Amino acid sequence: MLSLENLTHTIDQALNRSFGPTTVLLVEMAMLSLFAIALFAVLGLVLVFMERKVSAYMQIRLGPNRVGYKGLAQTAADTLKLVIKEGLTPDSADKFLFNLAPFVVMIVAMLLLAPIAFAKGCQMWDMNIGVLYITAVSSVSVIGILMAGWASNNKYSLIGAMRSGAQIVSYELSAGLSIISMIVLTGSLQLSTIITSQQDGWWIFKGHIPAVISFVIFMIAVTAETNRAPFDMAEAESELTAGFHTEYSGMRFAFFFLAEYVNIFVVCAIAATIYFGGWMPFHIGHWEAFNHIMDFIPSVVWFTGKTFALIFLIMWFRWTFPRLRVDQLLNLEWKYLLPIGMFNLLLTTAIAILGWYF
Amino acid sequence: MSISSFIFYFLAAFILISGMLAVTTRKIFRAAIYLLFTMIGVAGLYFWLSYEFIAAVQIVVYVGGIVVLIIFSIFLTHHLSSEMERPNLFRMAFSLLAVLFAFTFCYFIILKNEFLPLGAVPLDLTVERIGAQMLSLTEHGYILPFEVVSMLLLSAMIGCIVIALKIPVESSQKNEN
Repeated sequence: MLSLENLTHTIDQALNRSFGPTTVLLVEMAMLSLFAIALFAVLGLVLVFMERKVSAYMQIRLGPNRVGYKGLAQTAADTLKLVIKEGLTPDSADKFLFNLAPFVVMIVAMLLLAPIAFAKGCQMWDMNIGVLYITAVSSVSVIGILMAGWASNNKYSLIGAMRSGAQIVSYELSAGLSIISMIVLTGSLQLSTIITSQQDGWWIFKGHIPAVISFVIFMIAVTAETNRAPFDMAEAESELTAGFHTEYSGMRFAFFFLAEYVNIFVVCAIAATIYFGGWMPFHIGHWEAFNHIMDFIPSVVWFTGKTFALIFLIMWFRWTFPRLRVDQLLNLEWKYLLPIGMFNLLLTTAIAILGWYF
Repeated sequence: MSISSFIFYFLAAFILISGMLAVTTRKIFRAAIYLLFTMIGVAGLYFWLSYEFIAAVQIVVYVGGIVVLIIFSIFLTHHLSSEMERPNLFRMAFSLLAVLFAFTFCYFIILKNEFLPLGAVPLDLTVERIGAQMLSLTEHGYILPFEVVSMLLLSAMIGCIVIALKIPVESSQKNEN
C-alpha cells in the first residue's frame, strides 16, 4: 500500500547509499525547509480562500467566484498583487526593527511546524518534549507583534500591540493548563507517543468529561492566542485601523497575514493530535474488524480531515460571535477560564490516579 | 571543521555579538531585542547539547516571560524617539575595568577546572526522569528548593494582587469622615 512512511524511508535510503552521513543530513534539511516553505505558501492560499468562502456562506452570499474555476485562483491573484506592491517604511519608524518584525513572526510560525506529525512516519523532528516545544516557541511570536507595534511609531500600532501582548500572555496560561491536563492522561510530551496512546480510541472519548472541558478551553484560548475574532481586539478595524500592522504594506503585510493562517493551522493540528489522535484512524476499543476497516483510509487523510474540521470551527467562531471588549476579554480569561482550567487539572489528575478513564 | 563544531562557533558568535549590542546600543527597545537574541542563542546552545527540556524552559521563562515583561515596561515608560545619553569617560573607564576583572576571574576559574570528557553513554534526559528528580526526597532530590521557590513565587503573586487590588472608594471616605 502506498504510504508516506515508505516514501520517506526510500528517499532516506537512496541518499544514504550515494552520500556520506553529513551530506545526507544537509540534503534532508534542505528538502525539509523547502517543504516547510511550500507548505507555508499552500496553507496561506488554501486557508484564505476557505475563510472567504466560509464567511460568504455564513452571510448568505457567494464569495470569490470569478478568477479561475469557481474563484479558486482568487487568493493566488491577491498574493501576486501583494508581491508587486511597494513595501513602504515610514520615515520616523525604527527601520531595522520595522523590517525585522514580519520575519520574526513568520520564522516562529515555521518553527512550529517541526514536531507536527502530518501522517504515519511523516514528522520532521520527533523530540521528546514535543508539546512543551510548541508552547515554548509559540510564546515567541508575541515579541514579533510587539516589535511591529513599537517600531511603526504609530499610536494605533502601539495600542494594538499592547492589547495583543496582554491577550496572548494571559491566554497562553489557559492553553498551557488544558494541554497539561491532557499530558497527565497521556503520560508523555512526545507527539508520537501521544498519538500511539490513542490506538484504542481518541482521548476526547477516552478521557470523557475532563477531556471535553479541556478541549473547549483549549479552543477558546487558541482562538484568542491567534488574535482572531471574537478576540481580535489587537486589530479591531473600527477602532485601531489595523492594529499592529497598520503601517505595513506589500509583502511584509502578507507575511503577517500568512503567519496568522499558519498559526491557526498549527494550533488546530495540535488540538487534532492531542484530542483526536492526529493521524490515528477512528478506533473503538478492541473492535478489530471495525478498526481494520478504518485503517484503510490513509493516515494523511485522517490528519488533514481533523485539522481542517477544527479550522472550520475557528472560522465559524469568527463569523458568529461579536467582538469582546478588553475588560470582558481579560475577565473571561482570569475569572472564568483559568479557574476552570485549574479545577479541570485537579479533576484529570484524580481520574488518572483512580484509573477512571478508558 | 565538522558541522557540529561549526554550529557551536556560530551560536557562540551569535550570543556574544548580540550580547555586546544589547549593552552598547542607545535605543532601549533595541537593547531588549538584542537581549532576546542572546537568550535565543543560549536556548540554541542547549538544543545543540540535546538538553531539549532546558532549552524549552529557557525559551518559556526568559524569552516568553522576562523579555516580554521588559518590553511591556519599556512600552509604558519610553517613547520611540528617546535615546539614552552617551555615558561619560569616567563611567566608561570604570565599567571597562569591571568587565576586565570579571573576564579574568572567569578565565582563571575555567583554567583551574578540569573538564571531564563525557563518556559515550547517552544521558537519560526524559521529562519523567527530570520530574521525578525534582520531587524526590532522596539524597539528590530537589523537593526542598522546589518548595521554597514555590513559596517565594506564591508570596510574590499575593503581593502583586494586594498592590493591584481595587480598594472601594466609599470606605476611604468614611474614614475621612
